[in-house]
Amino acid sequence: MFGTYLLRELTHRRKQTAIIAIGMALAIALVIIVNGVAAGVKDAQASVLASVYGVGTDITVSQTPAAPTEGEGGAPAGGPSFDFGAADGQTTDGSTSLAQENLSAARGTETFDATALDSVLAVDNVSAATGTLTLQNTSFSGEIPDFSQMQQGAAGDGTQTGPPSGGPDGAGGSSFDVASFTVEGIDVEGEAVGPLTAATLTEGRTFTADDLGSNVVVLDSAYATSAELAVGGTMTIGGAEFEIIGLVASGSSDAATASNTYIPLDVAQTLSGLDGQVSSIYVQAASSNDITQVQTDIEDALPDATVNTQADLASSVSGSLSTASSLVSSLGTWLSVLVLAAAFLIAILFTISGVTRRTREFGTLKAIGWSNRRIVGQVAGESLVQGAIGGVVGVAVGLLGILVVNVIAPTLSASATTQQATGGFGGPGGQGGFAGGPGGQATETAAATTDITLQAPITGSIILIAVGLAILGGILAGVIGGWRAARLRPAEALRSVA
Amino acid sequence: MYELTNVTKTYDQSKRKVTALDNVSLSIPDGQMVAIQGPTGGGKSTLLQMLGALERPTKGTVSLGTSDLSTMADSKLAGIRAKEVGFVFQSFNLIPTLSAQENVETALAPLGVPAAERRARASAALASVGLGDRGSHRPTELSGGQQQRVAIARALVKEPDVLLADEPTGALDEQTRDEIMDLLEGVWKDRGLTLIIVTHDSAVARRAERRLTIKQGKVTEK
Repeated sequence: MFGTYLLRELTHRRKQTAIIAIGMALAIALVIIVNGVAAGVKDAQASVLASVYGVGTDITVSQTPAAPTEGEGGAPAGGPSFDFGAADGQTTDGSTSLAQENLSAARGTETFDATALDSVLAVDNVSAATGTLTLQNTSFSGEIPDFSQMQQGAAGDGTQTGPPSGGPDGAGGSSFDVASFTVEGIDVEGEAVGPLTAATLTEGRTFTADDLGSNVVVLDSAYATSAELAVGGTMTIGGAEFEIIGLVASGSSDAATASNTYIPLDVAQTLSGLDGQVSSIYVQAASSNDITQVQTDIEDALPDATVNTQADLASSVSGSLSTASSLVSSLGTWLSVLVLAAAFLIAILFTISGVTRRTREFGTLKAIGWSNRRIVGQVAGESLVQGAIGGVVGVAVGLLGILVVNVIAPTLSASATTQQATGGFGGPGGQGGFAGGPGGQATETAAATTDITLQAPITGSIILIAVGLAILGGILAGVIGGWRAARLRPAEALRSVA
Repeated sequence: MYELTNVTKTYDQSKRKVTALDNVSLSIPDGQMVAIQGPTGGGKSTLLQMLGALERPTKGTVSLGTSDLSTMADSKLAGIRAKEVGFVFQSFNLIPTLSAQENVETALAPLGVPAAERRARASAALASVGLGDRGSHRPTELSGGQQQRVAIARALVKEPDVLLADEPTGALDEQTRDEIMDLLEGVWKDRGLTLIIVTHDSAVARRAERRLTIKQGKVTEK
């Protein structure tokens, strides 16, 4: 009887059924699409972060760089400097060629004692930790005129040697080039956590424990292509020659890895003069539930350190990906909640309206012996089916929406930024020579800028939640409508002109 | 047997009290056919609702056999209505979305009758009122007289002890009225149930073995 009556009512009152089902379907579709896009944005953010911070990294430990102070000879600290003596360089045909290479801590990073790693490993629920040293290799090369001519002219005998000459333009001018690439010192004996874990080996090999102390380098494949370097070849880092043993690429096809080059940590420390120093410690917690406690414990063990979780790092992702994330989490979520609330309200109001229209019908059923429970069950059952129909249609529309998003596959840009102190340009120093090097004026530097294609994943849990919400809406409407029906006194209901 | 003792029923309507039944005492033995007449607003329907366990008195007691209907819980009253009392209404009160057969089955649903038996009994009830071939028709596809027959079948399918009819012929023409009254009278005689009919119509009332008049809430024998 229950099923027959339910079917008859739903097919007889098609307009009400359709309105409730459509309202519910729209809400459910929106929930699925918003959640799918949110999951896609989250995956994209994780991909960007993984390319910088590695897979499996839950926490990073670093030190906030201090603002640089005035250095010796009026040159601000914070950037590489190049000093040339009067006799440096090779002079031919009135020009002197100069070249120098400098391996130093990357701008905007602060190094600290590697013994901090021991403190981190001693913290409870830390399953793995490794230290890295982030460096920048800067090479300075240039051509200047032969100054011995100028010195002869300034001897004080009053004679002029003629107009300036020499230099790259032959008229006494100079020309300089500055090139740089990033170098990451990796602990080759370390555990499987860190920036290289997100990379995929595309050629050659990666590090083994035997590479400790060796001048071997692994390159980012995109950098290798641009610098025309290949496995088996060599390159110079910090003035030393390195053998190229492998190429790696980011796990995300659109992102680069965290650094242009990777060398053993001990070699990096020695070449840069930063023995026993690291820039970052990458930490993996035993489980996601432990992350907050591990963060707190590390902060207690290392009070001067900056300890960030993945959630903190996520806020460092900027660009249109960040904008999309904000849009989805704020507008998208609120819109879903609003539409869902509206759908529930429509279902409730229509059900109550239906009960009111059927007052005499329910009064008659009560008169012939139907209990309140039976009548409430009938009304609730009808609403539940209406909600379920809306849920099924909503899931279909939601999946179609996700398909559209994935076909369009919008491209979003993302940059993971890091903190950096202000710096300045160097000044002259030393007789006959030049000193100085480029410094930074910006307050932030992008660690990785990349384009990410947004893909919205379809997860079974989202669909189950969406269907659950539709059924919940139906139950809610049914319970409220049924309660109204149960409150009807049979005699009054029979007096009602329905 | 019905026993009403000093029954009063008052309603609150727009800040004033309306007395529908005023200190009514009445006995109706089992198997009696009773007609209740009276002017509109006199309390006829209220008395019928009291007998049918649809309303409780404001004062006094209403008992059906050993059951005191005036103090029973709603769920127990529903049980009494489901098993012992059949209702026939002036406007037929059929469920418009259900067929004639399904309308009759609704009376058996609260009794937990299995589906196959429910269908069989409903079919037999319809046949007993002459509508064995109209089971699949919706109420809108039936005439007024046919709809009332379906309502009577619905009332009788559970084999009640009491059949209460509130103006059962009020919406019908003369010929159909007589057909319906013949049907009700025949059922009363065949089954020995207590039949109580509320009616304006003297022609209907004359068929009863006992006639009561209710006016301004007070009942008198005719």
